[in-house]
Amino acid sequence: MKFRTPLARVRGLGSARSGTHHWWMQRLTAIALVPLTLWFVASLIMVVTADHVTAIRWLHSPLVTILCSVLIVALFYHAQLGLQVVIEDYVHSEWRKLVIIVFMKLVSLLLASAALFAVLSIAFAN
Amino acid sequence: MPMEKSQRPLSPHLQIYRPQLTSVLSITHRGSGIALAIGTLVLVYWLLAAASGAEAYASAQHLLGSWFGRVVLLGFSYALFFHLCNGIRHLFWDAGVGFELQTAYASGKAVVIVSIVLTLGAWALAYAMRGGA
Repeated sequence: MKFRTPLARVRGLGSARSGTHHWWMQRLTAIALVPLTLWFVASLIMVVTADHVTAIRWLHSPLVTILCSVLIVALFYHAQLGLQVVIEDYVHSEWRKLVIIVFMKLVSLLLASAALFAVLSIAFAN
Repeated sequence: MPMEKSQRPLSPHLQIYRPQLTSVLSITHRGSGIALAIGTLVLVYWLLAAASGAEAYASAQHLLGSWFGRVVLLGFSYALFFHLCNGIRHLFWDAGVGFELQTAYASGKAVVIVSIVLTLGAWALAYAMRGGA
């Protein structure tokens, strides 16, 4: 520890320069996802057993739009954090690891955007 | 910096150890997380179908309602409830609670039982809502 400068110690960011941010965001999104997932699954059981009009009417309400949007953001944020750790653990070639992580993050962003687009387009449709 | 293959002996590898409830649940948490991440494709597909209109939605419902779709959704729902329950177990550990061996095994058993009960309950409810179909 005596080799670390006082500034490095007070910053507390470690050798990866990101500190506990990854760990903390994974927990934060996990906590958010507990009630959101239970609500979403319970609602989905009611909705998917009915017709399209029921599904649209459900997604059309402001509260559902907001909660679905938060769910999508938290879900994909949580998923890409978890997948990043899995890739870091099992892919040992540095450049391959980097390429796979970047690809995975961009695909996550694409899927999250598509899901948000779908939810919002239903919300703002007449 | 490229890492040279070291000639030093390695610690005993995974397959040396007899699987225990705790270790099996640990790797299942990771496995279910990966499965759920891939499963988000289904969620995105369903949402886009709902946004595209009645016809696209009907064909999505048809696909997801087929026997193959139901098998996928059954696996997906179990992975979800398992990851949810075991995730809550992890959150308790993060708070510094439940590390005693007995407690870790008890919470592990609880996770297995509760996740199965939740999955069966969700499907029973879905079939009841649908009226048996």
